[in-house]
Amino acid sequence: MPLTGVAAIEVAGLHKSFGDLEVLRGVDLTVEPGQVVCVIGPSGSGKSTLLRCVNRLEEPTSGEIRVEGIDILDPEIDVDRVRARIGMVFQQFNLFPHLTVLSNLTIAQRRVLGRSKRDAVEVARHNLARVGLMDKVAAYPAHLSGGQQQRVAIARALSMDPDMMLFDEPTSALDPELVGDVLDVMRDLARSGMTMMVVTHEMGFAREVGDQMIFMDDGVIVESGRPRDVLSDPRHARTRAFLSKVL
Amino acid sequence: MRRTTRRRIRRGVLYLVFAAAVAAVVLAADWDRIRANFLQPDVARAQLPEIITIAAKNTILFTVISFSGGLVLGIVLALMKLSTVAPYRWLAIAYIELFRGLPALLTIFAMAYVLPIAFQVHVPGGTIGAGLLALILVAAAYMAESIRAGIQGVPKGQTEAARSLGMSAGRTMLSIVLPQAFRIVIPPLTNEFVLLIKDTSLLFIAGSTLQNKEITTFARDGVINSNNSTPLVMAAMLYLLITIPLTRLVAVLERRLGRSR
Repeated sequence: MPLTGVAAIEVAGLHKSFGDLEVLRGVDLTVEPGQVVCVIGPSGSGKSTLLRCVNRLEEPTSGEIRVEGIDILDPEIDVDRVRARIGMVFQQFNLFPHLTVLSNLTIAQRRVLGRSKRDAVEVARHNLARVGLMDKVAAYPAHLSGGQQQRVAIARALSMDPDMMLFDEPTSALDPELVGDVLDVMRDLARSGMTMMVVTHEMGFAREVGDQMIFMDDGVIVESGRPRDVLSDPRHARTRAFLSKVL
Repeated sequence: MRRTTRRRIRRGVLYLVFAAAVAAVVLAADWDRIRANFLQPDVARAQLPEIITIAAKNTILFTVISFSGGLVLGIVLALMKLSTVAPYRWLAIAYIELFRGLPALLTIFAMAYVLPIAFQVHVPGGTIGAGLLALILVAAAYMAESIRAGIQGVPKGQTEAARSLGMSAGRTMLSIVLPQAFRIVIPPLTNEFVLLIKDTSLLFIAGSTLQNKEITTFARDGVINSNNSTPLVMAAMLYLLITIPLTRLVAVLERRLGRSR
């Protein structure tokens, strides 16, 4: 359980370069426990890189990241233990194609958390029911639709009982008619009090579910605030220009 | 003329050419001499049952040993070649270049005779043991490249998903990447297995007692003893009896694995 009074995610002065290309140019951000933060912005603005720095899939060039008060850039820290507490959902689902849905959900529980097979299967079934795919236990990922695969990926992350979830454009690779089911699952998750950081282009979802909206452009946070305010009354010209294109 | 008619005529001509070629070979062959030299029932009977119980058994045994050893060493070499530590990469590259570049026959000879003299190193199993070790070393060099390509063929997102669930780098490699890489490398590894079946015939240079003769050596000795080439035909048929069912089996396995993709 997260400690009270400590931010879930705290990012300060974050810089990230790929060679000569500076993708993040000083990002500061705080996510409180239970908050849903939606990150929007044009492609190449650094929003996915920011998300991937939070569980160190990308190694920041400089700056500070604290997860539940712990400095995750400390070389002494066991990054695997930090990651086990942060669920991540990818644009391309990234289910393990050689494993059944059930094994996708149990493998990390067993190998990382050391849960018994029985406990792991029970947790997996509970989470599959939560995303409405109880009947797909024995299926292989290749036999599921994109929307189903993404819901399995969410259930896989939830099976680790994470304290927070990161979503990297979870609906961008889906056919339009499959987006709704995935957003429904995410909405339920937000209502249950999960701390969430969501990189998305779904403005309707952000408006309805988000507690905070962040607009990024060119490696910096241009504007942040309540989604309603940012969407209907953007203060910066760059935000206005972006929103006029996507809305 | 209609298009389909023309196509039918063209196909008919191709069949005729094929039939003519077969007929020419059959007519040109001197069947009496072929029968006398290559298809002698008495000579064939004399080879049995040892050509199967000893020679074919040894060919399969030697192949399995060198393939298994080569696979393990090949995985190690592939991981070394992908290592972030430069000296490991150099070592793997040097190894692969060396053993791919040398003829297998030379390597077998070196392991069986040069090594014991030069370094007083004796491999368990005598010269045949040394010859098998040489085959393992050579097979590993070839397999390492296929396995490396297989590992790199697994999408990066798979590693990222596993790591984001808290799996260590080693666990990710073992449980997520290698099983998927394995599917990619089934065709090249089948190829390597078939090549190894035939490369076991090079073990004759490591010297062979009756008990460790494989098919080719056994058949060659049969030719010398009987003054007739029938044993060679038997050897050829035995190799095909081993390789063809094997490649068919792998094709079935591959199709079945493909279903879960």
